[in-house]
Amino acid sequence: MKKIIKYVTWDILRNKIVLVYTVILLITSLSVFGLEDNATKGLLSLLNIILLIIPLVCIIFSTIYIYNSNEFIELLVSQPLKRKTIWLSLYTGLAVSLSLSFFVGAGIPLLIYHPNILGLLMCVVGVSLSIIFVGIAMLAAVKTRDKAKGIGVVILLWLYFSLLFDGLVLFLLFQFADYPLEKPMIAISALNPIDLGRVLIMLQMDVAAMLGYTGAVLKEFFGSTKGIIFAFIVLLFWIAMPLFLSLRKFKSKDL
Amino acid sequence: MGGKNNNMIIANNVSKQFGKLKALDNVSAICNKGECIALIGPNGSGKTTLIKSILGMVVPDSGFITFKGENISHNWLYRDDIGYMPQIGRYPENMTIGQVLDMMKDIRSSKKELDEELVIQFGLKEILNKRMCTLSGGTRQKVSAALAFLFNPAVLILDEPTAGLDPIASEFLKAKIIKEKEIGKLVMITSHVLSDLDDLITQVIYMQEGKMIFLKTIEELKMDTGETKLAKAIASVMLKN
Repeated sequence: MKKIIKYVTWDILRNKIVLVYTVILLITSLSVFGLEDNATKGLLSLLNIILLIIPLVCIIFSTIYIYNSNEFIELLVSQPLKRKTIWLSLYTGLAVSLSLSFFVGAGIPLLIYHPNILGLLMCVVGVSLSIIFVGIAMLAAVKTRDKAKGIGVVILLWLYFSLLFDGLVLFLLFQFADYPLEKPMIAISALNPIDLGRVLIMLQMDVAAMLGYTGAVLKEFFGSTKGIIFAFIVLLFWIAMPLFLSLRKFKSKDL
Repeated sequence: MGGKNNNMIIANNVSKQFGKLKALDNVSAICNKGECIALIGPNGSGKTTLIKSILGMVVPDSGFITFKGENISHNWLYRDDIGYMPQIGRYPENMTIGQVLDMMKDIRSSKKELDEELVIQFGLKEILNKRMCTLSGGTRQKVSAALAFLFNPAVLILDEPTAGLDPIASEFLKAKIIKEKEIGKLVMITSHVLSDLDDLITQVIYMQEGKMIFLKTIEELKMDTGETKLAKAIASVMLKN
């Protein structure tokens, strides 16, 4: 298994798109930290950028990579290898190389400019999101045979997680404005890993005060150790679930 | 032929359905050591599905396949004895030929001696540093063929092996197939270029619409149809069906 991971990771790291992704992240983070003299402002801008870019790049790149590797996967299946080994190797290769380019592009500048718990937390969230969206992409790719349809599906998924979900939550909040929704908001934030990451990081900053009473409730929960543990369990669940489902499908798939 | 120990692959009432299409319909066949079997049939007759079932890429709906007497479902180690050359070989784009060969050697990690005859004959040694994305279709076919033979497998499964190869490479490959057949290996070939198969094969499996119409030795087939060339014999079979 290690051998396939090594070759797949090597192949992806030499891909030009991944190199461009790393460089763009690097330029963005360096310029954000260079331009803003207020550290929190810089972090917030970077947070919004990476929460948009990471899922998009990871989900689309991974999907296209899996579709393009179709014949290669067939070749691997014809070798004396378990299907589980093949799928997990591809997953690990994608997750490792995309996390690595996030870490080089945004993680290192973050740790240089913010060598504190906040910078570290952002790194962890970024890496988790990279891994989560690789998993979601692989699930979509194994479920849909047609490449164009598969890419369409993952773009819709990205739209849902990045934009539509927030719209839905806002809609809910306005519809049920008369009810106390602060506590359910915690549960709802667990339904979207991007939101969870955002909440987790913003509550470590002073800006949480601007979120009003909801912010106070969220801060009370996610500010505590219990809350942070809860958030990480949910993130782990988001990593494990798509991977488990895609693996189950791949094991019985006709190639 | 046909002693019990000679049986390499046995397919038993294998059926597979893709949606409404019956890709395989109750196919049964016995393939023995030292045979070179041609899978022939019109497009979409289920040849590739049969090959993929043997390789475990397609899971049959009913029936079973055994390899050296062992059922292949949920088994993967048996593929150590199979060399497969796909119709279209595509490899990770940024890897070089050398890396692809190394990777396969790593994956197989077999103690058997490597058979690099085709690697040398195809001149792949000189272009080991070329990246896969820069290769022509024919060169990729050469890589696929060399990989199929590299690990000295007991069974060779070749899907359209000569399509896209230049005449010299094609001759090298044919000579290699004959050589392997003569040392007792089982070779299965699908091809539409029947003239290529004439001096290679000993048996013919003819398929149509997922059904196996017959499995005959080449002599039987020629006798039954009264033709001396495989291409003509098959043509007369196709007309009859």
